[in-house]
Amino acid sequence: MVTAMEARTQTTTHATMLGSARSGAIAPAVSDAPAPPLKAESRNLSFHYGKFQALKSISMPVHEYQVTALIGPSGCGKSTFLRCFNRMHDLYPNTRYDGEIVLQPDNTNLLADDVDPIEVRMRVSMVFQKPNPFPKSIYENVAYGLRVRGISNRNMLDEKVEQSLRGAALWDEVKHRLNEVGSNLSGGQQQRLCIARALATDPEIMLFDEPTSALDPIATASIEELISELKKKVTILIVTHNMQQAARVSDYTAYMYLGEVVEFDKTDTIFFKPRRKETEDYITGRFG
Amino acid sequence: MTYIAQTPEQIRGLIAKAKRWDVIFVALGIIALGIGLLTFVALFLDMLIDGWARLRPEFFTQFPSRRAGQAGILSAWVGTTLVMLVTAAVAVPLGVAAGVYLEEYAPKNWVTDIIEINITNLAGVPSIVYGLLALGLFVYAFGLGQSIRTAGLTLALLILPVVIVATREAIRSIPGMIREGAYAVGATKWQTTKDHIIPYSLPGILTGVIIGMSRAIGETAPIITIGALTFIAFLPPSPVSMDFPFLSFEWLKAPFTVMPIQMFNWTSRPDEAFHANAAAAGTILVFMTLAMNGLAIWLRYRLRKNIKW
Repeated sequence: MVTAMEARTQTTTHATMLGSARSGAIAPAVSDAPAPPLKAESRNLSFHYGKFQALKSISMPVHEYQVTALIGPSGCGKSTFLRCFNRMHDLYPNTRYDGEIVLQPDNTNLLADDVDPIEVRMRVSMVFQKPNPFPKSIYENVAYGLRVRGISNRNMLDEKVEQSLRGAALWDEVKHRLNEVGSNLSGGQQQRLCIARALATDPEIMLFDEPTSALDPIATASIEELISELKKKVTILIVTHNMQQAARVSDYTAYMYLGEVVEFDKTDTIFFKPRRKETEDYITGRFG
Repeated sequence: MTYIAQTPEQIRGLIAKAKRWDVIFVALGIIALGIGLLTFVALFLDMLIDGWARLRPEFFTQFPSRRAGQAGILSAWVGTTLVMLVTAAVAVPLGVAAGVYLEEYAPKNWVTDIIEINITNLAGVPSIVYGLLALGLFVYAFGLGQSIRTAGLTLALLILPVVIVATREAIRSIPGMIREGAYAVGATKWQTTKDHIIPYSLPGILTGVIIGMSRAIGETAPIITIGALTFIAFLPPSPVSMDFPFLSFEWLKAPFTVMPIQMFNWTSRPDEAFHANAAAAGTILVFMTLAMNGLAIWLRYRLRKNIKW
């Protein structure tokens, strides 16, 4: 596993260097295989914190059962963009969305005024930068999303909790201590607990906001492995400041800079033969 | 380029000089602490010695009397306990609800700013002012009489700002990411409040409630203002009875006295023997406050054990 990852990282670095030598004459990076169906699409999305415009007219697809990575230097708006997908900004005053994020198959604009942010969050779940388990038992952490949906049937909760903890590759480690407090787990386990919590409600999209930035390399590897496993069942959007991570886990990558998506394409294309000079500069480490 | 003197001797000299301030500060700190503690211990011991002879079981079970040797604090400690019950029952729900509303629901604008400034100022209003307000409002306007319920309501008003401020502080200490975690799974504001905000802020709220109650238990001025009796030789009607409906709230309407008033009454008598009674009652009042604080520390420890982020 680790060797495979290292190998891929090396190939990537090598290829980007080759790519930089060949820049200039690059064919339009349209892939040969038909693109997977759309799960969501942002259309001319702009976002303001008060007077400051953090996102500038972003249009970008999110493909179903694929991992889409958002990369870019600090302050480029990648987390802001991610948090539009579950209307997290609605919790704070003086924020404004313009444009649309349309969720398929029902063609719902997540940002519409008549769409309740709670409805959006019930369909699109989120895992945060720092593990944030509730100071409650492991069981209650996972069950919370079900409880707010009014599910109190013990058998159903038991079944969903086990299913979600298995899905988050945590079941075997915690099955004998489901009543212990979640914050007693290690950092990596806490993050997997948060993934189980986000998974328990059968979301259509899962958002990951730099999910491994607070974790050690081993815990990071296990989360990355988990993400690759999860995409069989759910569409994933992940923000990462770690380009190797984007290369390892994602199918599509968007490079963002100053509130704009500079380039969006298949991950291999972004890393092997980016069309834009700025993308290449960032990926090869000449900038950022 | 300027170089600073850097031989090992010079460095050691600098450190020794800088560390002198540590010593000075520690000395000042110990002196400050000592003054506070010694004053309290001296006062308390003096009171304990004066009242020691009167600290007998009968002291708790006898009503006040014209004869100092037979006087007890039965009506006073029962009155204090009942008034405190009413105070807590009124101040805690109101204060917590107000604090939660201000922190979680209210929009942040100039109206809430003014409310916030007012609440902070209310905490500093002299207690006699609350007594005058209560006399006009509860005793005369609402006709609640010079009763336990009036006293409880008055003291509740007095400690309400403390409870509100403590609630808000406790809520603010909950990390934003915990709140976001709850909202992110689709919880409504009320679900987040009831499942997370209130449980996690409970230890802090409790501390505020106890600080408020410790202030209220010793208050004399507002209670005198609303007209508490100083000599009372009967107990309020019992809250539980053998007959249907078994629970009675008649005690709320009963006249009463409280510990500080009983003490005040005894200290103002010329007979020295009554001063011993006052000292004994004061000792018990201190122990009541300590017991309340002890309970709060224990509860807070129990509740906080499982809350960490």
